[in-house]
Amino acid sequence: MTNNERTLSQSLWDFFCSLKLTMFLFITLAVISIIGTIIPQGSPSPEYLQAITQNKLKLYQSLGFFDLYHSWWFMLLLALLSVNLVACSMKRFPQIWKTITRPVTVMNDGLEKTLTNLTVIKASGNAAELRDGVMRVLKTEFAEPLRTEVNGVYHLFAQKAPWCRLAVYFVHLSVVIIFIGAIIGSLFGYKGFVNIMEGEGVSKVMSRSEKEIDLGFTVRCEKFSVSYYDTGAPKEFKSILTVLDNGQPVPGYNRVSVIVNDPLTYKGITFYQSSYGKAGEYHFTVSDSNGKNPIDLVVNSNSSAKLPDGSGMHVLEITEDISPYAQGLSGPAANIEVHTPKGGTRRIVVYANHPELNMQQARQSGGPLFQYKGGKERIYTGLQVAKDPGVWVVWFGCFLMVVGIYIAFFMSHRRVWVRIQNGTITIGGNASKNQGGFQLYFERLVEKIKAQLSAEENK
Amino acid sequence: MTSSILFNITTLAYLISMLIFFVFLASRIKALGIAGSATAFVGLAVQTVAIGLRWRESYALGVGHAPLSNLYESVVFFSWTIVLIYALLDLRYKYRIIGAFVMPFALLGMAWAQLGLDSGIQPLVPALQSNWLLYHVITCFLGYAAFAVACGISIMYLIRENHEKSTSANEQSIVATFPTSRVLDDLNYKAIMIGFPLLTLGIVTGAAWANYAWGTYWSWDPKETWSLIVWFIYAAFLHARITRGWVGRRAAWLSIIGFAATIFCYLGVNLLLSGLHSYGG
Ligand code: HEM
Repeated sequence: MTNNERTLSQSLWDFFCSLKLTMFLFITLAVISIIGTIIPQGSPSPEYLQAITQNKLKLYQSLGFFDLYHSWWFMLLLALLSVNLVACSMKRFPQIWKTITRPVTVMNDGLEKTLTNLTVIKASGNAAELRDGVMRVLKTEFAEPLRTEVNGVYHLFAQKAPWCRLAVYFVHLSVVIIFIGAIIGSLFGYKGFVNIMEGEGVSKVMSRSEKEIDLGFTVRCEKFSVSYYDTGAPKEFKSILTVLDNGQPVPGYNRVSVIVNDPLTYKGITFYQSSYGKAGEYHFTVSDSNGKNPIDLVVNSNSSAKLPDGSGMHVLEITEDISPYAQGLSGPAANIEVHTPKGGTRRIVVYANHPELNMQQARQSGGPLFQYKGGKERIYTGLQVAKDPGVWVVWFGCFLMVVGIYIAFFMSHRRVWVRIQNGTITIGGNASKNQGGFQLYFERLVEKIKAQLSAEENK
Repeated sequence: MTSSILFNITTLAYLISMLIFFVFLASRIKALGIAGSATAFVGLAVQTVAIGLRWRESYALGVGHAPLSNLYESVVFFSWTIVLIYALLDLRYKYRIIGAFVMPFALLGMAWAQLGLDSGIQPLVPALQSNWLLYHVITCFLGYAAFAVACGISIMYLIRENHEKSTSANEQSIVATFPTSRVLDDLNYKAIMIGFPLLTLGIVTGAAWANYAWGTYWSWDPKETWSLIVWFIYAAFLHARITRGWVGRRAAWLSIIGFAATIFCYLGVNLLLSGLHSYGG
């Protein structure tokens, strides 16, 4: 029984440590990510929904294909990758740690067979003197050697940069750190959006998940402007913002300009220039087509108003002065759209200074009589709002990853062993990376040792 | 002299270099190998001057910015980085013949840019007005270029390995002049060792820029996602080398697939999918 348990947990452990699982996860993650760039993410467009069958839609929805990168099984794959990574690193780490902290300082036959760089030099003379000669070369050309004596045979061992074997573990750790940073961000941060009218302030923003979030301070938009290149392409979108805490402008946050690529951060919350638009408030009088039962009506841009007869209307466009567009007419006018309860749509122009035209229009259509009374239009700035307390954890992870990868690839743990006995000197070496480069290096080192020894012999 | 004339000279140089390499492949005359790389280096030098000149010209037009802002400029820069990475490998490892499999990529880029793309210098849209653009684009493209070189080497590997399996060792043929499959495998790894850290840095700088400009370092935009797909594939390649059953041919195929994904990330995403990146041209 216990035996079975052990083999089960053992094979589970082996499964999580296996590099085959790693390959499977990398390739699966790549393929799934591709699917997510083909199937539209978020809320799919009506055209797309019409193009696929009901069954397909149901299937996609239940599998979370429209928010694939946040679906439970995508998360599961990432979690598996993390477990795989940690398990594999844990399994290998003790061996690596031993290599670093308790190096093999004596080259015996077993080790000698595994070394690809190996040279034997015949040298006559006193073994201790030979040893000292080789030590001098190693010290000046490579690294301070460690010497041991076993049964009258001298051994030297020298190494460089053993710690760079740890780099791979830091790379793996960095992946976990980045995941932790992302989790912190999604638990304790938010992304939101807010429109602020020129001259107004807001202290609440709407998060992407449609929750209202209290900022704890107020942001006022003093001004918004757009500038253009000569070609007519937009050059700069700029909001002038002021932060007010307890009703008072915060020093250093008074009338700061925020442009694309240059946001404003206050108390860990950052505001990004994202869009802009015009919003207006328009006043009308609406009555029956004979002028009876007048009521006042206020219509906002981007929304529609209900009329007494059950139809709806919204404003398409307004102008403060109609004269450039229509000869003989003057004053403000509004282009509106009326939707009748039966589903009909009419577009009409309503004037402020020409009631007779408005009446004529009402008579012709048999609909209500509109009278435009003017309106106010203001510009608003659209700001992206974000708070992410995990972002520095992510940057730390990225830093660790980049540095770690660099060290793992371009630095190498190099070791040289020397054995001196009865007139033969055996030199062996290996490197954890860039074997070709080390081979050349090793050959040169051997040449220097030979030169040193023959110089000493001739003395 | 204007940059566009120099770009034409560059294209010509890459064409000549490639043709010399092809003749080198067939004839195995050593001098031709040297001539092939020399021509490529001349092209690289001319192109470097041309890119600098175009940068200056943009200032003369009053819209000064680094020449990395639209499809034309990025394709030109991509060619430049490919030849640069090739030059580095060539100077270090002296396997000239790789040029025959790498220069076609550089030539293809330059020819497409010069013949098929709008080379006008446009002002920068607000979204691109940031120094991050420079860091991000340079690291990404150096990474892409290393992958292009690795792809060329992998194709050579597959040809060579087939040959080694099917013919006796001392037979005379073009393929016999290739470096051995072991050397090619190693060079492939070396090229990816250059590319992977650069791509990682490219993704990180991209994320840093996105965070700075929009407040999210990662939003699963198609371009971001594709760069991650490319990254997964090369991460798989790196681990393939230490996994039993994945060395050799499979690793070479991973490198080729990785480069195909790289090209899709660079061009396909803009042409076929929609997103925040603007090299669609
Ligand atoms: C996103 C995740 C990962 C990244 C970025 C990553 C990165 C790396 C890098 C850069 C290397 C060095 C490769 C080389 O020197 O050629 C490496 C080696 C290695 N990785 Fe990963 N890795 C990841 C996931 C994993 C996972 C899940 C495992 C699980 C088994 C794993 C196991 C290994 C092993 C065993 C080595 C070799 C270590 C050695 O040479 O001593 N890696 N990894």
